[in-house]
Formats: sequence, C-alpha cells, structure tokens
Amino acid sequence: MAVMQEHEVVAGHYGPYGGRFVPEALTAALDQLDREFRSAIADPVFMARLHELERTYTGRPNPLTPARRFAEHCGGATVYLKREDLNHTGSHKINNVLGQALLAERMGKTRLIAETGAGQHGVATATAAALLGLECVVYMGEEDTRRQALNVARMKLLGAEVVPVTTGSMTLKDAINEAMRDWVSSVDQTHYVLGTVTGPAPFPEVVRTFHQVIGREARAQILEAEGRLPDAVVACVGGGSNAMGLFSGFIDDASVQLRGYEAGGSGVETGKHAARFAAGSPGVLHGARTYVMQDQWGQTVPSHSISAGLDYPGVGPEHAWLHDTGRATYAPINDDEAMEAFRVLCRTEGIIPAIETAHALAGAMRLGRELGPDAIIIVNLSGRGDKDVATAARWFGIDLGGAAGSALEIEMAEGR
Amino acid sequence: MSRRLADVFVDARAENRAALIGYLPAGFPTADDCVALINAMVAAGVDVIEVGLPYSDPLMDGPVIQAAVERALLAGTTTDVVLDTVRRVTEAGAVAVVMSYWNPIEQYGVEEFAAGLAQAGGVGVITPDLTPEEAGPWIAATDRHGIDRIFLVAPSSTEERIATVASVTSGFVYAASTMGVTGARTTVSSGAGDLVARSRPLTQLPIAVGLGVSTGEQAAQVAQYADGVIVGSAFIRRVLDAPDADAAIEAVSGLAREMAAGVRA
Repeated sequence: MAVMQEHEVVAGHYGPYGGRFVPEALTAALDQLDREFRSAIADPVFMARLHELERTYTGRPNPLTPARRFAEHCGGATVYLKREDLNHTGSHKINNVLGQALLAERMGKTRLIAETGAGQHGVATATAAALLGLECVVYMGEEDTRRQALNVARMKLLGAEVVPVTTGSMTLKDAINEAMRDWVSSVDQTHYVLGTVTGPAPFPEVVRTFHQVIGREARAQILEAEGRLPDAVVACVGGGSNAMGLFSGFIDDASVQLRGYEAGGSGVETGKHAARFAAGSPGVLHGARTYVMQDQWGQTVPSHSISAGLDYPGVGPEHAWLHDTGRATYAPINDDEAMEAFRVLCRTEGIIPAIETAHALAGAMRLGRELGPDAIIIVNLSGRGDKDVATAARWFGIDLGGAAGSALEIEMAEGR
Repeated sequence: MSRRLADVFVDARAENRAALIGYLPAGFPTADDCVALINAMVAAGVDVIEVGLPYSDPLMDGPVIQAAVERALLAGTTTDVVLDTVRRVTEAGAVAVVMSYWNPIEQYGVEEFAAGLAQAGGVGVITPDLTPEEAGPWIAATDRHGIDRIFLVAPSSTEERIATVASVTSGFVYAASTMGVTGARTTVSSGAGDLVARSRPLTQLPIAVGLGVSTGEQAAQVAQYADGVIVGSAFIRRVLDAPDADAAIEAVSGLAREMAAGVRA
C-alpha cells in the first residue's frame, strides 16, 4: 500500500523530481497538452483509435519469447524476452509516437518535431507523420547522424527533414535543446513529440502512459506462460521510456524487482559513461528535476556510450524517484559487457538486438547468476539491431567483403 | 550600496524615457574583457547590466548567445567568476542583475547564491526557465537578501498567467517580445506591444521588453510603450565581429550610444 502512495503523481512531480522548468512561452502549450492528454485518455473514441493502430499497424500484442539457450548464460534462470523489437519500425518508440501524433491531430497541429539519439525515435516519428499526413522535422546530433547513418536515410525516405545539430556535444542532449528552440518559435502549429519519459510535465506522464501497453501485455503473458509473476523485470535506461513502460505493469507487485541498466561506457571510473545514478546527482535538465551528470557548478557533463540511445546525461524523473525510494534498482553496464551480451543473444537465440537493448541483456546475465535457477526474469527487448550492424561488425572485427561490405565500411569509416 | 532597479525606472520615467538594459555573459570574451566592455556600456548610457551566467544548455538562446556562452565556458567561467564580475562592475558604478538558467543557481545553493550576489552588489536575477510554481525556495532566499527576482511573460501567456508571474516578480517584469529564442530580428514583433498592454492592468511594476531589439530605431519604437528595452545579442554580435579587444569596446560603446539615444527619442 505504501508503495502505491509513494509513486502517486502529484501535479507532474515524483517526490522532489519532475516539475516544469521551461521558458514561459511554453507554459501555454504544456497546459494545452496536459488538458488534451487527460481528455483523450478518458475518451473511448480516442483510445479505440489508438488500440486499433497498435493492433493493425504496430503489430501488437507482440510475443513474450522464452529465451532458453540465452538463459544458460544467465545462471540458468528462466528468461523471457518482451519483443518490442518486432513492432513496426523496430523498437518500442512507436507506442509513444502514435499516441502523441494522435494527440497532435486532436490539438489541430500540423507539424511534428522530435529529437533523436539512436534514430529510433526519429524514425518512429517520421513514420507516424507519414501515416497521419503531418509535416515532420527531426533534430539529431551531428555525431549521431554519423554513427546512425542508416536511420538518417530511413527518416528521409519517410519524408522527414533531418536537421544535424552542431552545437555542444552534438548528441541527444543538444538535439533536445534545438527541438525546444524550434518548439518555442512554432508552438501554434507544432507539437513536440518528446521521445522519452523526461522533459517538463506532463511529458514524463504522457510518454509513460503510451508505453504502459508493454508492461500490461508482459504481465498477462507471463501469468499465462508461467502461472506466476516474474522475480524481476529488466530494461535498459537512457531517458527510460522502455523501462518505464515495462516497470509500470509490475510497479504495484511488490515481489517483482524492477532493474534498470544504464550505460557504463568505458567504465564509470573513466568518466566516459552515461551512468546518471552511479555518478550523477539531482539537478535540473531539459525542464525536469532529476539525476543529471553535472560538474560542481551545475554545467551538464557530456555523456559517453557505444549506444547513441543511452548517451544522455539525464534520466526520466520517475526513475529518479523509483531510485531514491528503492522501488527500482539501477546499475551501469560497460560497453564491453553490453557487446558480449549482444554477441551471446545473436548466437543463442538468432535475434540481433539494438546495442541499447544489449545493456539490458547484460544486466539479465548478471542478475540471473545472482537470483539463481529458480528465478523468472523478463527482459525488455526494446529494439532490434539492424541499425547497429556496422558498429557491431567493427567491434567484433568482422571482415566485410563485397559491395555490401564496402557500403558498411563507408558507414563505419564515417562513424565514431 | 548600488541603486535599486526601482530607482532606475523612476529616474528614467522622470526623464520621460525608457530604461536601457544591456546583456553580456560573464567571461566573454574573457573575464577581464567582459568587465571592460560592461564599464564601456555603462559609460555610454546603459542603465542596467544583465550579467549572463554561462550555462551548457541555454535552451532559450539563439545562435549568437550560444556562441558567446560556449566561449565563456571554454575559458573556464564559473559561477564564482560571474559573481566576481558583478562585484567589479558594481564597484565601477553599474546597476547589475544576473541572468541565469536555474540549475547553476540550484547547484551553487539557492541561499548561497542570493547571499553571494547581494554581497557582490548585484540587485536582481532574471531566471528564464524558473516558473513561479517551482520558485518557493528562491522567493524566500531573494526576500531574505533583498534581491529582485525577475520572471518572464510571453505572448502566449494568458491574463491569469501574467497575474501569477507578476505576483512573484519584483524589480521589473520581463516581457519576451516574441515566441522564440534570443537573437536580433529585423523587426520587433508587434506581439510585444499587445503583451505590454495586456500586462499593464495586472501589475504596477515596470515592464521591460526583450528579444530581437538590435537597432536604435527598434529601441525607440519599443520605448514608446515599454518602461525598459533589453538588448543582448546585438552587443555580442559587435564583440564577435571585432578584430581585437579595443575594437570590441569601441563597437559596443557605439551601439550603446545608439540604443541610449533610441530610448530617449
């Protein structure tokens, strides 16, 4: 009971976290979003349309796959994969984007903007814009446009304009700054499709709500398959949207551990990482109070990760609160540990995961050994790894021959 | 003891003109050059100096201020340098406020920042991303140390919202002229006049207009309906374009004189 009360959302706040730290010019738009969001989720017509799209377009429900051979590397625990990688566009991102795009339409806005790191959210937004006939502009750090060149091409094919951001560290955080600047200047006709559970209220709540389908399905599927709840649910945490979606289905089940894995990069001790909980502290970034990687003066410190999608110095405010209350536990996974898990999943299950997701898989390998063979673990397989083939080939020193090889090599040479 | 913001606006009104407020980030282009530039701005007729606290993620600023702030950060500008800049320019006679995004203040310590600024002779703080709802500790700290706190209103603000913002503001209300980020524009949005007119019945405080003012002519235009005219990016542009420090001082002084004439036109 106490758990539920602790996690109650009070006016956009999660304990001391969340809130709204934005230029006044955005207040009216955030108020409008808040109103429309609440009326939409209470509107059976809106929700029926969203569910119809989830079923006929996204391909939900997606399966909960038993990963028997992978489980051998997880201390023999029983491991299931929640297959968000099988969604249209290849990741969980589409869940939130379809919800927000329908909200934009409901608000009479004709233009979508988005930030993207790995490109998955940008691709999902470009997809929804094409589907609903809306204009779409995606901001992406120039550094990320190089390491995720394939997704840049996908967005362009879908008719979106991709704007490389050359300020600051040229990654996700700077793309968010630029998207906010666009939004402040164009808010009458534009909706900012924020891609994760951070930002000013009500964004963390909006994004989590549209991802709750992950946890809802997973909970029903595990009860069907095993006749009991899992011991732990596991997800990678950049901003934290796939994790929040999965966690939300089990947050009130006190027996289920919530485990989040953030990017340890080259190692937390090297300073080159994106481990906000391991090495950050409470502060304000991008409109919310949360854990932030910052120096003593409150300047944001650049993050580092092999995975563009986890390369972010902040984290969703609800995660900050789950961390402080102890309801969820967070740990860093280094690049090499993530890539080992990536390799293991490819070889044992025939599934190439996104490198972001590989952090969750590495977490499951650790956790399974800790919990033992009687444990049941659900891993959110948040995205597929097609976009990461060049990075992974380079990591594992795979020799790329032929025409496909030279195309990949060009991409790799341009990458980090 | 520095003059207060209220005094500046009373004096300007007595001269039947608007007050001129000029922005420059501390540490830009260097800590010392910034002080020299500010002193030159004051000598040329700028009434209030907005000392910017350089921040890594200035999401309300356009490319010109971003460039200046990035340089200041690379040069190692910290919050202590900002407070020291305030101390040096107020000792030279300036009336100074700080403009800062919220996180650096929170990390410095809300109480410590208000106390440090008061000690340095600063009279106010502009917080572009702090909303009244999140400002509880800040209101208490600024009250304790006699620091004016300046919040913003925007063309999208409802009357109810303007009243809320004004009720926690002191010194002056900062009216953002346009829906957008900082930076010079060829015309100052007509929305500015409407916003000031809508705000008048809701507050007794002076209202200053910022965002996009870059010429004396624009300053004159804004001065017809506002109590203060805020100029930022245009000063920075002069510094960025100047070949050396002396040329920067000359260019900035020239612009300040043009603006000072504008608010008196």
